[in-house]
Amino acid sequence: MLSNLVIFVLAAFIGFEIISKVPQTLHTPLMSGTNAISGITIVGALVATGMVAAPWAKWIGFAALVVAAINVVGGFLVTDRMLQMFKPKQRPAPDASAETS
Amino acid sequence: MQNAILLAYLAAAVLFILGMKRLQSPATARAGNRQAALGMLIAVVATLLIQELLSPVEMIAGCAVGATVGLLLARRVAMTSMPELVAVFNGFGGLASALVAGAEIARYLVAEPGGGAFARVAQTSATLAPLDAPAAVIGALCILIGAITFSGSFVAFGKLGGRLSGNPVSFPGMRVLTALILVGALAAGGYLIYGAGASFAAMDMEAILWGTLALGGFALALGVLLVIPIGGADMPVVVALLNAYSGLAAAATGFMLDNTALIVSGALVGASGLILTSIMCEAMNRSLLNVLLGGFGGDSDGGGPAVEGAREDLTAQETSVEDVAIQLTYAEQVVIVPGYGMAVAQAQHQVRELADMLQARGVTVKYAIHPVAGRMPGHMNVLLAEADVPYDQLYEMDDINSEFAMTDVSLVIGANDVVNPAARTDKASPVYGMPILDVDRSGAVVVLKRSLRPGYSGIENMLFYHDNTRMLFGDAKDSLTNLAAAVKNL
Repeated sequence: MLSNLVIFVLAAFIGFEIISKVPQTLHTPLMSGTNAISGITIVGALVATGMVAAPWAKWIGFAALVVAAINVVGGFLVTDRMLQMFKPKQRPAPDASAETS
Repeated sequence: MQNAILLAYLAAAVLFILGMKRLQSPATARAGNRQAALGMLIAVVATLLIQELLSPVEMIAGCAVGATVGLLLARRVAMTSMPELVAVFNGFGGLASALVAGAEIARYLVAEPGGGAFARVAQTSATLAPLDAPAAVIGALCILIGAITFSGSFVAFGKLGGRLSGNPVSFPGMRVLTALILVGALAAGGYLIYGAGASFAAMDMEAILWGTLALGGFALALGVLLVIPIGGADMPVVVALLNAYSGLAAAATGFMLDNTALIVSGALVGASGLILTSIMCEAMNRSLLNVLLGGFGGDSDGGGPAVEGAREDLTAQETSVEDVAIQLTYAEQVVIVPGYGMAVAQAQHQVRELADMLQARGVTVKYAIHPVAGRMPGHMNVLLAEADVPYDQLYEMDDINSEFAMTDVSLVIGANDVVNPAARTDKASPVYGMPILDVDRSGAVVVLKRSLRPGYSGIENMLFYHDNTRMLFGDAKDSLTNLAAAVKNL
């Protein structure tokens, strides 16, 4: 339990470090992408559905599995769909450098 | 074997972290998202391979059904509905966490063959440890956070999609009711924990069962009551906060299952959601508490009587499409400030067409994006990206504000509170202190708006009455189409 807490706190710090540097432009994909990552609960749902003998647990687990799969698959796909739209300016590079100098 | 699964989970967590790191730049973000998806695949496959499968059919069926629904949703949804979809996925994430915790508790229940009592302890299971108090506390937390995330996200979904009123909804005694339901949820959670014991004999199954069900019910009601009083303009904060909740729910599930992959991912997502929440709050110069309570009887926004129409003593100066077209064409630099109105009118493509035409005539066009423009963090950026606006033409508030003095025309499209100069000057204004885009410092301001009605916050915008401001009334999409045509004819 205590070692889990250590892992949790350290992971939270890593999260803060990484996310603080994400630009405003990507805030929506960031949200939907991290949301897909939080669908990692699918691992727990798989265990509950397929590896537990108790019948109630199995069917609750099945429901969890369906919604978790929606979350994971839908989340990653829609993030990908959004990110493919983000394109840089299509103009020759020398032009850009000339402007800044 | 157990070590192999732990290593696989570690690999997944590393891929999540690396993937999120790549989200720091639009150029690498897509690869980062795929990396995170690969991590998820590794975690799922490892789980399937290493443990003994009792019911593979249900597992495959569950994955297939969920994946199909997710695929269809992700493919079919229009970009303009993105805030709703993000809210829905968020809600499913929370629901999954609550259900997994429920399933974990249900392992102790078996149906009694003779009917009668609903449940009893499955003492025969040798592998099962009794549900002790710490496990029950974590289980209760899982269900509480997960269910709040679920119902709250679906209320947000309704508000974002216009199925529920976007305005703050409140009724007399709402706060009291919320407090009572919170007490009820805590009591139910307490009952569940009371039912737990150090051994099977000490477990009170009735208490665990009814405690769990009551907790779930109270938590669902709580999620509804927490989100429903929050107004449309505060939606970015709520969406970000629910995002954090879904992460915390996953982390709590990880504690319950003693699964490090869940704990690490949940912590990452929770941290990310909290950062976004605080960025959104800062961009509105309000505390989180103020946002959560602000919809009803807060110290500012909801309190005063909302101004319904235009101010009688002031006159806004109207302009015509032709005049604006001339102004824009002969400008050196034009800054476009999109807001929620552009999203409602779905005018992002028309914005881009106009910008293209101006650029072809040598005008420098930049976009100024306020952090809370729209209904979710980054809303405007996604819409403009859909219309093929290159992301390096989009400027964040701090980068563009110094440029307004050098800007000839600022084109405000459906934005209101984020350009209200009262935030800088009028100490009595509810928006005072909120960082804004200083469009009033540019040579001329053209505001595309349906009418003079104030925005969601109900605050009069003095920008509309400035000497250098001209109003172009009408639907943003129509106005922009007409503008583009007028520019073409010049």
